[in-house]
Amino acid sequence: MRNAFADEVTKLGKEDSRVVLLSGDIGNKLFDKFKEGAEARFFNCGVAEANMMSVASGMALSGLRPVVYTITPFTTTRCFEQIRVDACYHHAPVTIVGTGSGLSYADLGPTHHSLEDLAILRTLPGMTVFAPCDEVELRLGLRAALRQDGPLYMRIGKKGEPVIHRTPPTAFVLGKAITLRPGRDACLIAAGTVMPEVLAAADALEKAGISTRVESFHTIKPLDADKLADVYRSVKLVAVVEEHGLLGGLGGAIAEWRVAQDAPLARMLAFGTPDEFMHEVGTQAYARRKFGLTADNIARRVLGALRRAA
Amino acid sequence: MPLAAMKMDLPRLEKLAREMRARIIENSHKTQTPHLGSCLSCVDILVAAYFHTLRIDPAEPANPDRDRFILSKGHGAAALFPVLAVRGFYPESLLDTYGQDGGLFAEHPPTPSHLAGIEAATGSLGHGMPMGLGMALAGRIQKRSFNVIALVSDGECNEGSIWESALLAASQRVERLCVVVDFNKWQATGRSREVLALDPLADKWRAFGWSTVEADGHDMAALVELLSGVPNGSGKPMAIVAHTVKGKGVSFMEDDNNWHYRIPKAEEVAAAKKELGVAA
Repeated sequence: MRNAFADEVTKLGKEDSRVVLLSGDIGNKLFDKFKEGAEARFFNCGVAEANMMSVASGMALSGLRPVVYTITPFTTTRCFEQIRVDACYHHAPVTIVGTGSGLSYADLGPTHHSLEDLAILRTLPGMTVFAPCDEVELRLGLRAALRQDGPLYMRIGKKGEPVIHRTPPTAFVLGKAITLRPGRDACLIAAGTVMPEVLAAADALEKAGISTRVESFHTIKPLDADKLADVYRSVKLVAVVEEHGLLGGLGGAIAEWRVAQDAPLARMLAFGTPDEFMHEVGTQAYARRKFGLTADNIARRVLGALRRAA
Repeated sequence: MPLAAMKMDLPRLEKLAREMRARIIENSHKTQTPHLGSCLSCVDILVAAYFHTLRIDPAEPANPDRDRFILSKGHGAAALFPVLAVRGFYPESLLDTYGQDGGLFAEHPPTPSHLAGIEAATGSLGHGMPMGLGMALAGRIQKRSFNVIALVSDGECNEGSIWESALLAASQRVERLCVVVDFNKWQATGRSREVLALDPLADKWRAFGWSTVEADGHDMAALVELLSGVPNGSGKPMAIVAHTVKGKGVSFMEDDNNWHYRIPKAEEVAAAKKELGVAA
């Protein structure tokens, strides 16, 4: 995903002279092509993320379209106040990119995990929160972000994630979820790079005779309320999956929407990480198994819940 | 009127600074709001910038070529608001709504989209200067020749983001950024050199790669000369460490940190105005 990001931001930098790229001393050689075309619009801001976020906000207030890039915790929790005050309070069009999000860097330890970014960033007024499931959504979302006139946070993976959208979606709008598969019994709603597990879970459910709808909720904020209403009208069970804590992310956002509805709604299951740091070493695949973010576990729990409801 | 420096002469600048001090003290009493000492220490810097040096046009507050002034020490807002009004960004009558329910004038500056003349909504320390660096870098990208002046306090130099920003400004050789430190030797609860080891402050800026001068922050002639000399040809960002006195201009407030939060009584307002030579 990060290579697709570098490629797309390079293209955007060529098309739009307002695009500026700020990096927190990562991406060695990743942005060489951007620099070739726009050396004066690339800034390695060093390992100083608070300043980087304020600098980007000042640039945005001066008519530019800065894109801030570093590893997720350092572009979110490290400089949360700069995001809150300088980007959001000023409603400055800063695009904040967190790379290696969720458990992408599981083996680097919890300093490099991001399991709270969606939760904290969606509390900020005017902030758009975006978690593409693959590089197709990433490229479309980045383009859309730079057309916005307010701040956007984007969490992306590392590299080598599979492409989900074999053909580009017919329409892409921030805040509008994309139906990946239709289905009548259950709906799996997910955001971000956990999507391959979700699609595999849907395959398993279909084999078990459960017609399973899959939605890519790439935008966590603003939440696609129309799509949620449609989903809840159509299926008996909704399962929300994210590589993020169970507190306050996509599942939390949907739960908030749910309590505001008048009619009784279908049951909701939430898949995410519990309220703990991961103290042992492991790959992303290991971490997903540990926290139940696997196709097998998702399919098993959905089947069990449907059987109990029957 | 196009973008132009006002270049008011020294006697008028000094008279205006006295009048501003009187307004600020009256406002503190009337609205029962604090930070008087911090406002009085930076008045001369604000008056020198807005009425002499800054190339601005109140009729076009968003002109992309304007000079930018950022009150990074946002708790000096009660000094900035009347300066912007008298400079013509909004009617002086609007100042009567300071601190009122539903009004725009809080104890810290609102965002530029809510009040003309403001360049950054500050109040949380250590934000304005880095934002100003971003604006100066934007100017360089856009091939514009505006200057950015950021006024920080000595207490604000506690913030790590100030020094992160100082490092980037130096590596990028941003010569159109000028930071003025309102060095009044106090922060909210103590002597700034005692709370954290700020001394030697000018040497710190020098060591961080800035073209640094020390000045009397109440000497209008010195301020006007320094602020008019941005960029100064050194190829470096410029720091003016302005030695100031908290509560400057009123004998019983000067260098007394109780006036960081204390509100003047009516008779103290009258005594202050008498000292300042401003009619009651």
